[in-house]
Amino acid sequence: MVHFTAEEKAAITSLWGKMNVEEAGGEALGRLLVVYPWTQRFFDNFGNLSSPSAILGNPKVKAHGKKVLTSFGDAIKNMDNLKTTFAKLSELHCDKLHVDPENFRLLGNVMVIILATHFGKEFTPEVQAAWQKLVSAVAIALGHKYH
Amino acid sequence: MSNFTAEDKAAITGLWAKVNVEDAGGETLGRLLVVYPWTQRFFDSFGSLSSPSAIMGNPKVKAHGVKVLTSLGEAIKNLDDLKGTFGQLSELHCDKLHVDPENFRLLGNVLVTVLAVLHGKEFTPEVQASWQKMVAGVASALGSRYH
Repeated sequence: MVHFTAEEKAAITSLWGKMNVEEAGGEALGRLLVVYPWTQRFFDNFGNLSSPSAILGNPKVKAHGKKVLTSFGDAIKNMDNLKTTFAKLSELHCDKLHVDPENFRLLGNVMVIILATHFGKEFTPEVQAAWQKLVSAVAIALGHKYH
Repeated sequence: MSNFTAEDKAAITGLWAKVNVEDAGGETLGRLLVVYPWTQRFFDSFGSLSSPSAIMGNPKVKAHGVKVLTSLGEAIKNLDDLKGTFGQLSELHCDKLHVDPENFRLLGNVLVTVLAVLHGKEFTPEVQASWQKMVAGVASALGSRYH
């Protein structure tokens, strides 16, 4: 199980406190679909994903992105218990959604980039390290119930 | 071999022209060593890597980071022949330096993060996509002579 130090938790929660989850969610999912286009395969029923601007403006992408990031927010409140927090979502992504766990790592990387673009120099190496640890741990937790 | 569109090349070269390789080099290698601490194993001779501030201030880290990014700058002039450009460096990293190619992907991700930190909103999803393609191409080229 991943252990987060007090400094890491502080770095994560303080930045999270400044995030607009609504906007960041749409941006995170949108960037995933633009930067790693094969991930669009999971969103066939989302309508127009034919170009970066279509993707980033797509209301279903925004809504679903918000849902994903809100769930991330739950992770942040439960950093010492990520596997339990994500157990049901892990089963869902394996049994129903059939998502390769590699995609969780890709989304995590996209989130790190978004934080970097929003916070600039405030996204110091130490803050980046804490966040990279979090997104890796979330990816592992989401893959945990796969079989 | 990755196929870079005209837009990819423009996004890559356009952003690169604004990068101060001296600053960005140290920042990139430093962040790799902070965010993925096991990578410090390749730099035993670099002196103090005992904390994020020691790493980021270490002159050998900065110097080597500049060397790495300068090499990347060469790649950017040869986007259609990354394997040729990195042939010898690939052999060096395999035969002499014994570096697991996964580390090239990690460095690529760190570079993308540094560009995001430095350029904020200008690091749009499309620009990110081109750069992600670029670093993936470089990682692949650096791994191409491994045996």
